[in-house]
Amino acid sequence: MSRIHDMGGRFGHGPVDPGRPDDPVFAADWHARALAVTLAAGALGQWTLDASRHARERLAPRDYLTFSYYEKWLAALADLLVETGVLTQEDLAAAGRNSGTDAPHPLSAKKLKAEDVARVLARGGPADRPCPAEPAFTTGQKVRARRPAENHLVAGGHTRLPDYAAGATGRIIRVHGCHVLPDSNAHGLGEAPEPLYTVAFPASRLWAHPENPRDAVTLDLWQSYLEPA
Amino acid sequence: MPGRLRRGWTCAHLRITLRPMPHDHHDDHPHALLPPEPALRVKALETILARKGLIDPAALDEIIDTYQNRIGPKNGAMVVARAWTDPEFRARLLENATAVVADLGFFGRQGEHVVAVENTPEVHNMVVCTLCSCYPWPLLGIPPAWYKSDAYRSRAVREPRKVLAEFGVTLPPETAVRVWDSTAEVRYLVIPMRPDGTEGLDVEQLAALVTRDSMVGTGLPKAPA
Repeated sequence: MSRIHDMGGRFGHGPVDPGRPDDPVFAADWHARALAVTLAAGALGQWTLDASRHARERLAPRDYLTFSYYEKWLAALADLLVETGVLTQEDLAAAGRNSGTDAPHPLSAKKLKAEDVARVLARGGPADRPCPAEPAFTTGQKVRARRPAENHLVAGGHTRLPDYAAGATGRIIRVHGCHVLPDSNAHGLGEAPEPLYTVAFPASRLWAHPENPRDAVTLDLWQSYLEPA
Repeated sequence: MPGRLRRGWTCAHLRITLRPMPHDHHDDHPHALLPPEPALRVKALETILARKGLIDPAALDEIIDTYQNRIGPKNGAMVVARAWTDPEFRARLLENATAVVADLGFFGRQGEHVVAVENTPEVHNMVVCTLCSCYPWPLLGIPPAWYKSDAYRSRAVREPRKVLAEFGVTLPPETAVRVWDSTAEVRYLVIPMRPDGTEGLDVEQLAALVTRDSMVGTGLPKAPA
C-alpha cells in the first residue's frame, strides 16, 4: 500500500556515498537550470508545494527509481504544467523545437521577474495557520500513528505519514501549532490546518532489529495521523 | 521500424533487442512527450515557457546565483558558532530558532519554520527526509546528493549508526541517536558539540570549524588547527 517515494526503512539500497566537502552545489549545469525552472514556474501560482511533491510521488515507480533527483523534478513539472492547463500536450511535444512565436499567455502577467527573485525567495511559504480548535494532545502524551499510512481523504493520495511509523506508539515532544494539512492541500481540497506535533518513537517500536535500544526517530505528524495510546 | 516496436520485442531481421533504457517512457504521463535526455528536457521546458512569456531566463540566473553563491552552510555555521559562544543566544535558539535565525537574516523558502537540536554527550541528532529532500535551505543551502539519495533516505531511520560509520563517525553505545525525519515544513538544524581546544577562538574562527555535515548530524566539526 505504501507508495514508491516512502523509503524510510527500506532494505537493499546499499552504502551512502558521502561525497566530498568541495563538491559543487550543482553537479551539472542542467541541475541548476532544473531547480530554477521549477521554482520560477511554481511562482505562477498554479499549484502548491504539496501538489508538486505529490506530482513527483506519482511518477511510475520504475521512473521514480531510475530518474535522477532533478529528472524527477522535471518530469513532475511537465506533468503539472499540463494538468493545470498552463501548457498543452501539443506545447510539450513541440517544446524541443525552438521556432515560431507564441501569443502572450494569459498567465504571463504572473511571470517571476529577475528583480523580484530575492523578495519571493525570502518570503517563502509559511505553513502555519490559526488553529481552528485547541490541540487534542499535549507534550508528553503517548500516541499511536494511524494505520494504514494512507491518505484518508483521497485514495492513493498524498500523505506525510511514512509507512514505517504506521501503528507505532510514541510520545509527543513538541507542539508546533497548526499547519496546512498536505493530505488535503495537495489535492485542491483546501488547507484544512491541523495541530502539528513532533512525536518521538523508540527505535524498538519501529524496527525488528534496532541498532541500539537508546535510539529514537522523531516525525512531525498532523493530529489526524494520531490517536491516543 | 524500431520506433514501432514495443519495449522488449526483438527484431530478428536486424538482430537487435530494444531494452528498457533508464529514460525510456512507456506511460501516458505528459512528461514522456519531452526529449528524454535531461539537459535537453530542461532546455525544452525553459524554451517553451520563455516563449510564452511565463518565465524570465534572467530570473532563472538570479535563482541559480542565489543558491550557488550566496546561500549555503556558512549561514548555519555562523548560527552554531554564536550558540557556542553566547549562552543567552543558545537558549533563545533552542527555544525559538525561527525567530532567532530570522534576526540574523536567515529566513525564506524551505526555512519558514526552524528548530535547532543540540548534540550532547548523551544524545546525537541526525536529520533526514525519508519522503523527499526537505532541508533548511536558508541555513545550509541546497542539499548535497547524498542527502537526497535512496540509500540515505531509506537507511538513516533504521540503521543510523551504520550510516554514520560510512561518514567516518563512530558514537559510543551510551550516546543515544535521535533521527529527525522532516515530514512536515519544520526544518532542523543540528548544533554539534563544540570541539575541545577551541577556548581561545572567536566566533569567526569557530564558524570555520563547523562543517555542513556536522549541522545535518552526519559529521562532526573540524578540530582546531
